[in-house]
Parts: sequence; C-alpha cells; structure tokens
Amino acid sequence: MKNKEEGMTLIVKTITRLTVGLILLYGIYIVLHGHISPGGGFAGGVIIALSFIHLMLAFGREVVLKKLSQAQASILESLGALMFLSIALLGFLGGYFFFNFFLHKGKPFELFSAGIIPLCNIAISLKVGAGLFAIFAVLVLFKGLDEEK
Amino acid sequence: MELQLLLLFMVFAAIAAVQIEDLLSSVIAVGAVGLGLSMVFLILKAPDLAITQLVVEILCLIILIRATIKKDLPLIKDGRWLFNTVSTLVFIVSFLVFAYFALNELPRFGAPIMRVAKEYIEQGLPKTGATNIVASIILDFRGYDTLGEATILFTAVMGVLAVIRRVGRINEE
Repeated sequence: MKNKEEGMTLIVKTITRLTVGLILLYGIYIVLHGHISPGGGFAGGVIIALSFIHLMLAFGREVVLKKLSQAQASILESLGALMFLSIALLGFLGGYFFFNFFLHKGKPFELFSAGIIPLCNIAISLKVGAGLFAIFAVLVLFKGLDEEK
Repeated sequence: MELQLLLLFMVFAAIAAVQIEDLLSSVIAVGAVGLGLSMVFLILKAPDLAITQLVVEILCLIILIRATIKKDLPLIKDGRWLFNTVSTLVFIVSFLVFAYFALNELPRFGAPIMRVAKEYIEQGLPKTGATNIVASIILDFRGYDTLGEATILFTAVMGVLAVIRRVGRINEE
C-alpha cells in the first residue's frame, strides 16, 4: 500500500477484488435476460453502476475515475438515451411509433427473441447505469473539493 | 399473515427513522423500510419490482451515507408540540375516514376487472415473443410511457451534473 488514505483496509480491498467482477457479470446477465426472466434494463443498469460504486468505495475515487471518468459516463448516458429514442423512431419503418419492427420474433425462451425488447433493455441499462454512476462520481468529487479547502 | 408482519415492521422502522436523533441510524432505518418493501413485493409475486426496489434502495443508502453523514444537521426542538400533535391527529383521522369510504369501492385483491390488462395478458406472448410479461408490457405495449420515464431520469441526471459541476466552482473563486 503506497498511500494509506486511499480507500479502505486490505480486507475490504481483497474481498472487493473477488466480488466486483461477479456483480458486474450479474448486472449484464439481468440486462440481457430481461425479456425472459425477472429483471430488465433498469435493475440491471443499477447493478452495473453499483459494481463501479463498490470499486470506488473500496479503492478510492482515483482508481475508478481512471477506468471510467465522469465525462465518459455522461457520454455513455447520452448514447443510451439516443439509442432508446432511435429504436423508438425506427418503429416508423413498420408504420407507427415503437413498432416492434423485427418481423419474425424468434422462438420464446431463447436469448435472441422478442424483437426490439432486448435492444431497448440494453439502451435503458446504459442510460441508467452511466447516469447513476455520474451522479455518484460528481457527488464524491464535490465532497473532495470541500475537504481540500 | 407474513404480509401483515412485514407491514408492521415497516411501520415501526419508519417511526424509528423519524424519531432517532442520530443521522446514520435514521438512514439505516430508512433502509430497513426499503428492505421490507422489497420482501412485500416478493410475497405479492412481483419479482421484477422486488429486484428494482432492492437495488435502488442500496444505491440510495450509499449516496445518502456518503453525501449527508458528514453534515451535522441541527435538530429543531422548539415548543408548539400541542399544535403539532393536534394537527397530525386531525390529518390522520380525516385520512382514515376518507380511506374507509374509498377502499370499500376497490375490487377485491388479486381480482381486477380490467379490459385492457386482460388483452395484454392474453396477447403478450404471441404478439411480442417475450416470456417476461412485464418486459413485453413496459417496452412494447406501453413503450411510450417508458420513454417518458427515461426522459425524466435523463433530465434529473443532467440537472445534478449542471448544478454541481467542477467548472462553475473554479470560476467562482
């Protein structure tokens, strides 16, 4: 340990190193299987954001902001919002807003089924996850500025 | 039966959250209310809501603890307890009276008579191909509502980022 103030103790850091990948993977699973099993874009996106917040709580904010800075999170959030809106507008290919424009929907209970619903889930998860992470990052940065004074 | 127990637990936790003077304990009591609500959703067979409630509760708890726990908020303890108690009792009694008349008119729990919802339940799988009926409703039949909800969250995040961004604070100095 180079600087002791960054993050929490060694126990927390070790456990975080073991669990944070599983949390991220579980979030991605919940997003991708949102149309088959309970879950969906919103819950999965929040779990993905929580994995980054977990990392930030354990290792201090510099480590995480090097991986995903707040500006990048804002860009990802806007990208998710634009993706959701463009999926909605692409429904005009079939005639009206939010039309499920894949004509053959695939077999039920398979990962690639249900037309636009998985795409919408991915867009919402990008938007929610990046947005909540950006809020948390900006709050932590705000607090850090207060402490510097 | 377990539903009533959980509701009782949530009521006690909510009262504790208001009454405790320590800020950290109060935030933890709010978290207990959220956990109880998540278990209520699970008992009422709404796993989507249960997952979302649990996850958002954890996130709110972390943000509250990180953001508010260092701030020592002053407690206001002046007189006027007579007026406060009387007005609270009046509001509780009037709420209970109106709730008695209003809740009598509701359909029995678990037996709704809704024409549109019946159509969604019957046509959800053949029309969208999604086996999770919640996903098929919120992202296909009711996609417009989800777009509005996504816009609300987007606006909220943009507002927070605009209010406490770094550039403005540096220019101020």
